[in-house]
Amino acid sequence: MSKQLSLKMPKARTERAEESKFILEASHLGQLLSALIGKGYRAIGPTVRDGAIVYDELHSLRDLPVGYTDEQAPGCYRLEKGGGRAFFNYTVGPQSWKKFLHPPSLRLWKADREDHRFQVVQEIEQTTKFAFLGVRSCELQAILIQDKVFMGGQFVDPVYQACRDNIFVVAVNCTKPGGTCFCQSMGTGPKATVGFDLALTEVLEAKAHYFVLEVGSKKGAEVLAEIPYRQADKKRIQTANRILARSAKRMGRAMDQTNLKELLYKNYEHPRWKEVASRCLSCANCTMACPTCFCTTVEDLTDLTGQHAERWRKWDSCFAMDFSYIYGGSVRRSVKSRYRQWMTHKLATWVDQFGMSGCVGCGRCITWCPVGIDITEEVRAIRGQTSKPKSPKSYKEKN
Amino acid sequence: MSISTENPMLTTPFRIKGVRKETHDTFTLELESQNGKFSFEPGQFNMLYVYGIGEVPISISSDPTKPDGRLTHTAREVGVVTKAMKQMRTGDTLGVRGPFGTRWPLEEAVGRDVVIVTGGIGLAPLRPALYQLIAKRNQYRKVVLLYGARTPDEILYQKELQKWGGEFDLEVHVTVDRATGAWRGNVGVVTTLISRALFDPSNAIAMVCGPEIMMRYTIQELGKRGISNERIYVSMERNMKCAIGFCGHCQFGPMFVCQDGPVFQFNQIAPFFGKQEV
Ligand SMILES: Cc1cc2nc3c(=O)[nH]c(=O)nc-3n(C[C@H](O)[C@H](O)[C@H](O)COP(=O)(O)OP(=O)(O)OC[C@H]3O[C@@H](n4cnc5c(N)ncnc54)[C@H](O)[C@@H]3O)c2cc1C
Ligand code: SF4
Ligand code: SF4
Ligand code: FES
Repeated sequence: MSKQLSLKMPKARTERAEESKFILEASHLGQLLSALIGKGYRAIGPTVRDGAIVYDELHSLRDLPVGYTDEQAPGCYRLEKGGGRAFFNYTVGPQSWKKFLHPPSLRLWKADREDHRFQVVQEIEQTTKFAFLGVRSCELQAILIQDKVFMGGQFVDPVYQACRDNIFVVAVNCTKPGGTCFCQSMGTGPKATVGFDLALTEVLEAKAHYFVLEVGSKKGAEVLAEIPYRQADKKRIQTANRILARSAKRMGRAMDQTNLKELLYKNYEHPRWKEVASRCLSCANCTMACPTCFCTTVEDLTDLTGQHAERWRKWDSCFAMDFSYIYGGSVRRSVKSRYRQWMTHKLATWVDQFGMSGCVGCGRCITWCPVGIDITEEVRAIRGQTSKPKSPKSYKEKN
Repeated sequence: MSISTENPMLTTPFRIKGVRKETHDTFTLELESQNGKFSFEPGQFNMLYVYGIGEVPISISSDPTKPDGRLTHTAREVGVVTKAMKQMRTGDTLGVRGPFGTRWPLEEAVGRDVVIVTGGIGLAPLRPALYQLIAKRNQYRKVVLLYGARTPDEILYQKELQKWGGEFDLEVHVTVDRATGAWRGNVGVVTTLISRALFDPSNAIAMVCGPEIMMRYTIQELGKRGISNERIYVSMERNMKCAIGFCGHCQFGPMFVCQDGPVFQFNQIAPFFGKQEV
C-alpha cells in the first residue's frame, strides 16, 4: 500500500463518508483492469456474445459492452448498441457469477480400480484467482447467499471455498435498472453495500466521465494504490448519490415482502399454483439463470476399460421430474407441485434454512422464462391482488 | 466415521467382509473400514458408492453399541445401484461416506414404553435402535415391535425376531399382507396390530419407519391410541445426491432430510406430511 493511500483510507467509521470515496477517471478504468491482471487475477466481466451480455474473460476494455443498453421484460431481452461511452449502462444478463464459483459441471474426484479394490484420487487443481469486474449489488447478495449454502453449514464445499476465498470483486452500482429488476424492494440494491473490494458508480456527463469509487477491503486498497485516482469532492459524490437515488425509484418491478414467508406457508393449496402450472413449461430456465439456485445432481462414469471412474457434479433443477425420484415414483409429479416448490423455496423455506430470502430481485427468472412467468406477479396473485404486471411498453415510457 | 472434513464429497473404500442374502430381493453387506472402527448413532445412514455405477443412501443396520464390531447395511434391490450392490461379493470394495443424519430418540425413551412400527425394509434402519434397547433393556419399560412384511418369505432378520421375542423381553408381533405356505401368524397390514399391542400410551414413545402411506396410517392409529405427535418419531425418505446439504434434492418443506432428518419428531413435519407432492 502506498503512503499516500494509507493516509486517506477509511480508518474508522467515524470518518466522514466522503473521505473514503475517490474519483477514478473513466480513461483510467483500463489501468484498473491491468492492475488486476498484473496481480495474477483472471479478470472476468461483462461482454457481448450472441446478442446478450455474458460474463467472460476480459483482456482489455474493448471486451466491455461499451455503448450497449439492454431492454428486459417478461420473456424478453433485447440488447442495443445505442452508442455512447458508458461502460455499464445495462443490467444483468442470462449468466451470473455462480458459473465460476459453483461451476455448472465439475469433476469431484477420480477413482482407479485394481482387481477388487479402487482408490479415490482427489483432484488438487490449482484454483484460479478470479477478479470479477462489474458485479451488481443483487449479484453480490446472491454470492453471500451461496456462501451460506456452501460454507455456512455443518459441511463446507472445499471447491467453492477455494475459489471464493480468492476472488476480487469490483462492484458496479446500477445507474439504469432493468424492466424486470426489483432489488430495491428486496433490500439488495441498487447500490452495493457489502462484500466488495472496490465499488464503482459510473457518472457520464457532457464534459466528464468518471467513477465514484469506494474501497471495501484491504485488498481493494492495495489495488487502488496501483492506479491513478484522487479524493472525491462533494459535488461529484452528490451527483453519484443522486443517480443512485433515482435508480432506486426506477425499478421495473417490486415485490411486497410483508409476511411473505407466512403467506406462502399458508398457501400450499392456492388455486394459483394450478393456473401458473398451465403456463409453465417446466423447462428449468429460471433455475439455471437464477444466481442463488444451487441444486446439483451427480453422474458416475467409467472409461471403456472400467479401470478409471469419475464422479461429476452438475447443476440440476427442481423443475426436473426425476429430481424428487424415489422408488415408486417422483414425489413432485405435477408441474404445479414443482413450480410451488421452486417459488416457495425461494421466498419462504429458504428463509428458515438460511436466515434470508433466496431471491435477490435480479429479474433473470422473469426475463429468461420463455413464457414470461413473473415471480412478482405470482406473489401478487397469491396475495389476492389482481394488478397486472407492467408491460414492457409501460416500462419504456417510464424511462 | 468416514467423512473427511476437508472434503465431505470424497468417498472412502471399505472392503466387503461378508454378504448375506436376507430374502429374494434384500441382502446385508458387512463392511470393514481400514482401521476397523466406525461409530454411528441408530437411525443414521451412509452414502454407499458402487464403483462407476452410483451412490445411494442406505441406513446402517448393525449394532451401535459395539463400535469395533460389525458395520452392516441391509438393502433392497429396486434399481440400478442396489442391483449392482446385490451382485457384490466378499472381498469387493464399496465406497462409504457417512454417517449422516439424525438418530432415533433412545435417550428420550428412557423410562418409557417403546413402540416400534415398521414395514418392509423399514426394519433395517430400526435394527440399531433395537440392539441398543436390548443392550440397555432395564432402562426402558415395555418394548413392542410391530412389523409388517408382504409375504412370510419377505420377513427380514427372521432368526433375530424370534430371539428378540424369546430372550430379551420384547413383545414382537409380525404380520404379512398375504399368507403363503405354512404361515399361521397374523395376516393384514401392520397398522391392525397397533390397537391390540400392550403399551401405556400416556408414557410411550413411538418410532416408525416404512413406506410413507404406511407411516400415515400408523400415525393415525397411534394417535387414536393416545400417543401425541411429539412422542412419535418417523424416518423420512427423499431422493439424496449429496447428504451434506448441497444438492437440494432431499428437501421436504424447509427441511433437508439428509441433515435435519431422516429421523424427525413428527410434530415438526406434521404440517408438511399431510400435503400432496411436497
Ligand atoms: C435416509 C435413507 C435411508 C435409506 N435406507 C435404506 C436401507 O436401509 N435399505 C434400502 O434398501 N433402501 C434404503 N433407502 C432407499 C435407497 O436409497 C433407494 O432404494 C436407492 O437409492 C435406490 O437406488 P437405485 O439406484 O437402486 O434405484 P433407481 O431406481 O435406479 O434410482 C436411481 C437414482 O435415484 C435415486 N434414488 C432412487 N430412489 C431413492 C430413494 N428412495 N432415496 C434416495 N435416492 C433415491 C438414487 O440417487 C439412485 O441412484 C434409504 C433412503 C434414504 C433417503
Ligand atoms: S428468483 Fe428470479 S429474481 Fe429472484 S434471484 Fe432468482 S432469478 Fe433473480
Ligand atoms: S417458470 Fe418459466 S423458466 Fe421456470 S421452468 Fe417454468 S417455463 Fe421454465
Ligand atoms: S441430500 Fe443433498 S441436500 Fe440433502
